[in-house]
Amino acid sequence: MKYLATLFAGFVLGVALFFAGMIYNPFIADRGISPLSVTDAQVMSLAYSRVSSDNIVFTNDGESRQKPHPEKVQQLWEAPVRFTSAMATVVQDARGQAAGIGIKFSSQSESTSLINGRALIDSAWYVYMPGRGSLFIEQSENYWPFLTEVAFPAWKSSANNWKGSWIRDMTAGPGALGTSRVTGGNGELKGLATNGVESMSVRAYSADTGHVSAEGRLLIEIPSIVADDQARSD
Amino acid sequence: MLRIFIFGILLGIAAAAGALYAYPAVDQHREASIVTVAANGGNIESFHVNVPMDRIMVGAQGRKRPLPPGMQWPGEELLADVRVELFKIRNARDIVIGVASRTAAKDGESDVIDWVLHLPARGSVYVTMQARALEGGYRRGDIRAGSREFQPLNGFMTERWVADTSGDADAPSGRIELRTNYVGQYVPEEEEEP
Repeated sequence: MKYLATLFAGFVLGVALFFAGMIYNPFIADRGISPLSVTDAQVMSLAYSRVSSDNIVFTNDGESRQKPHPEKVQQLWEAPVRFTSAMATVVQDARGQAAGIGIKFSSQSESTSLINGRALIDSAWYVYMPGRGSLFIEQSENYWPFLTEVAFPAWKSSANNWKGSWIRDMTAGPGALGTSRVTGGNGELKGLATNGVESMSVRAYSADTGHVSAEGRLLIEIPSIVADDQARSD
Repeated sequence: MLRIFIFGILLGIAAAAGALYAYPAVDQHREASIVTVAANGGNIESFHVNVPMDRIMVGAQGRKRPLPPGMQWPGEELLADVRVELFKIRNARDIVIGVASRTAAKDGESDVIDWVLHLPARGSVYVTMQARALEGGYRRGDIRAGSREFQPLNGFMTERWVADTSGDADAPSGRIELRTNYVGQYVPEEEEEP
């Protein structure tokens, strides 16, 4: 019995050590600088709030930390959409002015591999900007750095929250450089095929209710032909 | 005793690693796709939205009763001619399999009608519709882009409003029928060298 108890204690410690090693794994490298920060092309910036109550509509299965907004919105409880969220929000340009409407669908990805530091979300954006056109953005986002550097410390803290300044590119593909695939659909953006990156900055997070103060930003590379056309129309 | 403890630690590490490797962290529920082959090539898949049950959001300026209740639609002049709807979408067996958005806007002289269908286990499809409806109440649009399973496909989609005629008390008032026709991406054959 004594040996069995010792074996069990070792087993529990081993499991704990493994998960601690995963969370503080120094071999899961930070991708560092965004590929769009070194591009010669113009970059369109669209910002939005990551706090669900700041959005027009946010819905999910109703059991996640991030609560649906408004309260009476229909929830995605059916089995095929249970790991999915849908959001409609106003996107703002670099000057903080409303630029259009953004709709984001996000689903937990089956390519998630926690052992490799990949907590993936497959997401699709549709952005409509009156006077400019529409964009479709498809991407995989990796939330592992967010989980280990914000959500886990918030869960660990006695107040169940985290405050600080955290900013990171979330996009991890499908582009080879960790960029999203962007397609233009209408207006001056029709026929556009380019790259983008979505970043997230968090200032406060609650382990109970999710984001308290956080912003998302879409950066989209605009090839010179489209940018020149826009400059002429301005 | 120490050896047993160390063996326990190694066993714990191996068990945790093995469990994480063997069991998927995410396992999306899948419904079998109901796809038929089109007579002139390509595959057809039909979806529909039961109205009003599957409506998640209807956003437009000037609506007296917002859906969902309590929603604050932005009042910016920029968005005066924009109407955005979010839906759950169902397959031919009437099972919810995804979510979708429909955006309708008047942009200067042209009208914009765009659909995005998002099927969590499969990917997303982006369709730009022609503004003018065809004979029979259809509207047709081109698949502009897709992700994952839909990424290599192009083709077209039609939308049509079908009013309910069953007269049942709990029947929907109608449905939006979406019929996608997928065609594989055109890959030009390599020219033979003389």
